[in-house]
Amino acid sequence: MKLQPRAGFSYYPGCSLEGMNRAYDKSARLVSKELGIDLAELDDWNCCGASAYMSIRELRAHLLSARNLALAEREKKDLAVVCPACFTNLTKTNQYMGEDPKLRRIVGSALKAANLQYLGTVRVRHLLDVIVNDIGQSDVKAKVTRPLSGLKVAPYYGCQFTRPLGEYDDKEFPMMLDTLLTWLGAEPVSFPLKAKCCGGILMTTNQSVALTLVRSLLDCATQNGAECIATICPLCHMSLEAYQGDVNKEFSTNFKVPMFYFTQLIGLAFGFGRKELGIDQELVSSKTVLEKRLVVT
Amino acid sequence: MAELKSNFEPKIVGFLCKWCAYTGADLAGTSRIKYPPNVNPIRVMCSGRVDPVLVLKALAAGADGVLIAGCHPGDCHYTSGNVKTIRRFKLLQKMLDQFRIEKGRVRLEWVSASEGERYARVVETMTEDIRTLGPLNWNLRKEA
Amino acid sequence: MAEKIGVYVCHCGTNIAQTVDCKSVVDYASGLPNVAVAREYQYMCSDPGQELIKNDIREVGLTRVVVASCSPLMHEPTFRRAVEEAGLNQFLFQMANIREQCSWISENREMATERAKAIVGAAVKRVIFQEPLEVKKVPVNPDVLVVGGGITGIEAALQIADSGKKVYLVEREPTIGGYMARFDKTFPTLDCAACILTPKMVSVGQHPNIELLSYSDVTGFSGYVGNFTAQIRKRSKYVEEEKCNGCGLCTEKCPVSVPSEFECGLGKRKAIYRPFPQAVPNIPVIDRDHCLYFTKGVCKVCVKFCPRGAIDFDQKETYLDLQVGTAILATGFDLFDASKVKQYGYGRLPNVITSLEFERMSHASGPTAGKILLKNGQMPTSVAILHCIGSRDQNNNEYCSRVCCMYSMKIAHLVHEKTGARVYEFYIDLRAFGKGYEEFYKRVLQEETIFIRGKAAEVTDVPQTPAEKGKLVVVAEDTLLGIVRRIPVDMVVLSVGFEPRKDVADVARIFSITRSQDGFFLEKHPKLAPVSTASDGIFVAGACQGPKDIPDSVAQGAAAAANALSLIDRKEVTLEPTVAVIDEESCSGCKICLGLCPYNAITFDETKKVSVVNDALCKGCGVCVAACPSGAIEQRNFTDDQLLAEVEAVCA
Repeated sequence: MKLQPRAGFSYYPGCSLEGMNRAYDKSARLVSKELGIDLAELDDWNCCGASAYMSIRELRAHLLSARNLALAEREKKDLAVVCPACFTNLTKTNQYMGEDPKLRRIVGSALKAANLQYLGTVRVRHLLDVIVNDIGQSDVKAKVTRPLSGLKVAPYYGCQFTRPLGEYDDKEFPMMLDTLLTWLGAEPVSFPLKAKCCGGILMTTNQSVALTLVRSLLDCATQNGAECIATICPLCHMSLEAYQGDVNKEFSTNFKVPMFYFTQLIGLAFGFGRKELGIDQELVSSKTVLEKRLVVT
Repeated sequence: MAELKSNFEPKIVGFLCKWCAYTGADLAGTSRIKYPPNVNPIRVMCSGRVDPVLVLKALAAGADGVLIAGCHPGDCHYTSGNVKTIRRFKLLQKMLDQFRIEKGRVRLEWVSASEGERYARVVETMTEDIRTLGPLNWNLRKEA
Repeated sequence: MAEKIGVYVCHCGTNIAQTVDCKSVVDYASGLPNVAVAREYQYMCSDPGQELIKNDIREVGLTRVVVASCSPLMHEPTFRRAVEEAGLNQFLFQMANIREQCSWISENREMATERAKAIVGAAVKRVIFQEPLEVKKVPVNPDVLVVGGGITGIEAALQIADSGKKVYLVEREPTIGGYMARFDKTFPTLDCAACILTPKMVSVGQHPNIELLSYSDVTGFSGYVGNFTAQIRKRSKYVEEEKCNGCGLCTEKCPVSVPSEFECGLGKRKAIYRPFPQAVPNIPVIDRDHCLYFTKGVCKVCVKFCPRGAIDFDQKETYLDLQVGTAILATGFDLFDASKVKQYGYGRLPNVITSLEFERMSHASGPTAGKILLKNGQMPTSVAILHCIGSRDQNNNEYCSRVCCMYSMKIAHLVHEKTGARVYEFYIDLRAFGKGYEEFYKRVLQEETIFIRGKAAEVTDVPQTPAEKGKLVVVAEDTLLGIVRRIPVDMVVLSVGFEPRKDVADVARIFSITRSQDGFFLEKHPKLAPVSTASDGIFVAGACQGPKDIPDSVAQGAAAAANALSLIDRKEVTLEPTVAVIDEESCSGCKICLGLCPYNAITFDETKKVSVVNDALCKGCGVCVAACPSGAIEQRNFTDDQLLAEVEAVCA
């Protein structure tokens, strides 16, 4: 079926934005509003199953995603997500249903039982993709009232943003976030490990491996001159921020790298205050870096 | 009615151009790809040979669907035969709409000589879709 | 009058019989109207099989024949010949394809048999409406067009020219020689590429039967087998070929230096240049985009120094039409662009180079005079060679490029010889399939090349240990050891795969040939007709048909030449008579058909006020037939009655 361009998006925050990553949600809504992106939260959305469910109960994981897609289709809007894991799950289901008539039939009958249907017209988009590709340079730059005056940022994409299903950027060396940061007046540093895994869920199941991965990321970023790291994934953000202390303990390092959600950096550049963007809630203080670079209230 | 639908084997007539689609269909067979045998192939030299009247006669004779398959635009062995097919097909679709014949029943697809896999998928999808639509029953429709 | 149709159902060994109940089909056929005999046999295409048909024609007096077996694209000519030999017109024959489009696509015996019956029924009904037709015979022009002057085109051209026939060899670059001219040594003999190629190039340049059109393109190609017209555009070299003696003074004195394409950008050339010193023809060309005269109206140093006055800034490009009987496409390949696989750092990390760049470095007349050097001018102490870059890769090209394993080993050998560095090869499988190839692999092993079975995942400059600082680290899973390894090296060589040329789609369109799934030109049959195409008279040879090494390219070049010569020596070829015919009585003179013909084969007779088809130009597509509102045009052997008969039979 032909996809029509949509006005406005159904916003799918995902479960992690309700807990530890509330600031991401806050800042995302704020800057979207400022950019004129109509972001109405999808009513009655359910969990996407995160990384684990698809590997254990594939069919049921598809049903979880399909329900969200069906709800979005009812609103006649595309889905905007901010978490790459949600993106992967929703897109996987969307793609597989389009390719496999058998899956289409099974999911269709399950949805029917809930008085829903999904005809395959919804597109799933990550908010970064929407801002960079739909809004574009001139409109973003027009809203910048407080350029980030050369703030050295390591743009961290994590592994699921472009792999396996993100078609909007290079799989191994994405540049979308780097580009956005230059529009905000910041200086994205060279970060060869920008699309490497942070360990994700391994932090709970195999912590030593995850800590090693996080360490190499923090190391590479700081070695290349980064003053802070920008993220586009709530789980990456948490791994790199909440566990910096554990990394320091394990490897006798002294990392104090502030982490920002990309939407928080956009908000700062647009002139919003720290409290509005949830920057007062972080685990590794960004106070020093912000005061050095910008006058932020 | 539901049982009837799932047991129903659609009868589809396929006009395949010798240079691309027919060769592609042969390739599917040579590669031993298994796909529903519901499309009966009729070889023509070019998809441009397919007179819309033949399509209508096929439906009237008992076909539940018709597939016209030719070379990808730009690759026609006779340079522009398939361009004419596109034009005729658009007009044919309008006529079929007036007969209230469902959109998925008559299709125009491009299959190159090396696209055996693609041909199988086209046939598979078309067969499943027409199975869902059900038999055409042209004669019953005439009366209705 | 009733017809007597003979129906023959082939088993094709078990290919058909395993899935289709042939006896049942025979029984069904016997019951059809007008069927006089219905038989089954193991292999209808064999001698005894064909005898069955011939016998029945003679004894039973068959008037039509249907063979239900493989695809007509396979054996229609075989059975048509058999039928004709028994005295029945070959167009009173029809094939029913119950193999490629029936037995081979189904596992359900019942459904396959039903389908076979439908297909046979359609053929039986159709054949009744078929009429006897005579094939057209046309003479064959003995001149041959060879497109592409690499080793393949050179081989084809020489073979044909040596037999006494005339060859037009069209080459896009200023010189012939192709990729082979850029290689240093060739595997497995380590022959110097230039040494074995240049004598052939000279032969081509001097051969009385070869007209070499260098710096030229084919812009159009029309006609039919034996009678083609090729439109050639000769680009301006701005040097007069007849006056230039190849002294090279102009290239010496030219003040403009730009990166040389021949040297992969590693070396320079002048604005007036020959790609390499042994170029054939040894005539320089002027690069308009960089020449000071063309860009700024100054300089003209070349004019000052040329002893023959051969420089001509006003030279225009010329166009010519060539009449040929056959064409051989030997247009070659392009290499995979390594910057697409960003994880290997090509273009981002210094000292990550492609195999071709390595060849140029290793070449004695290359940019580094044959020395293998890092960007800082030093020799590497360790080199990694990464196989399968862009090949066997779902994200890029799925096919194997066939030559890279061997050339990677050759590179390993050259590195050992020239630098004594440690060499690592990261491979998935090793393909050393040709004559002397396995032995070469052994030799490279004995030189202590380290082979690691695991495609490299990435090349990084982010060190994890002190030993990795300042090095390029190749990360790969060593699948034989079962661990992930990080190997620090000084230089990484990417063994890039082959791809079709960037403009292969345009060339295919010009010559009206198709391409296979991987984008290379499609051969008529991969095993039995690797150099023919579906278009009679047009042949393909060498890497443009698929990745291959020099021995196979030369073999295909010679094969294509043999095919062309065989056609030429036949003196005439037959054309299918499936042309369009207009019935004057029914034609209303509406002229709708005129504009539709892709070959302008239909004209309007002003006196009779009807349209007329010129059957010498008509290629039998049938587009006009479908358009005629009066039904006045029919396509021979594809008449409406015949097609309708098939339709009615399958829908019944």
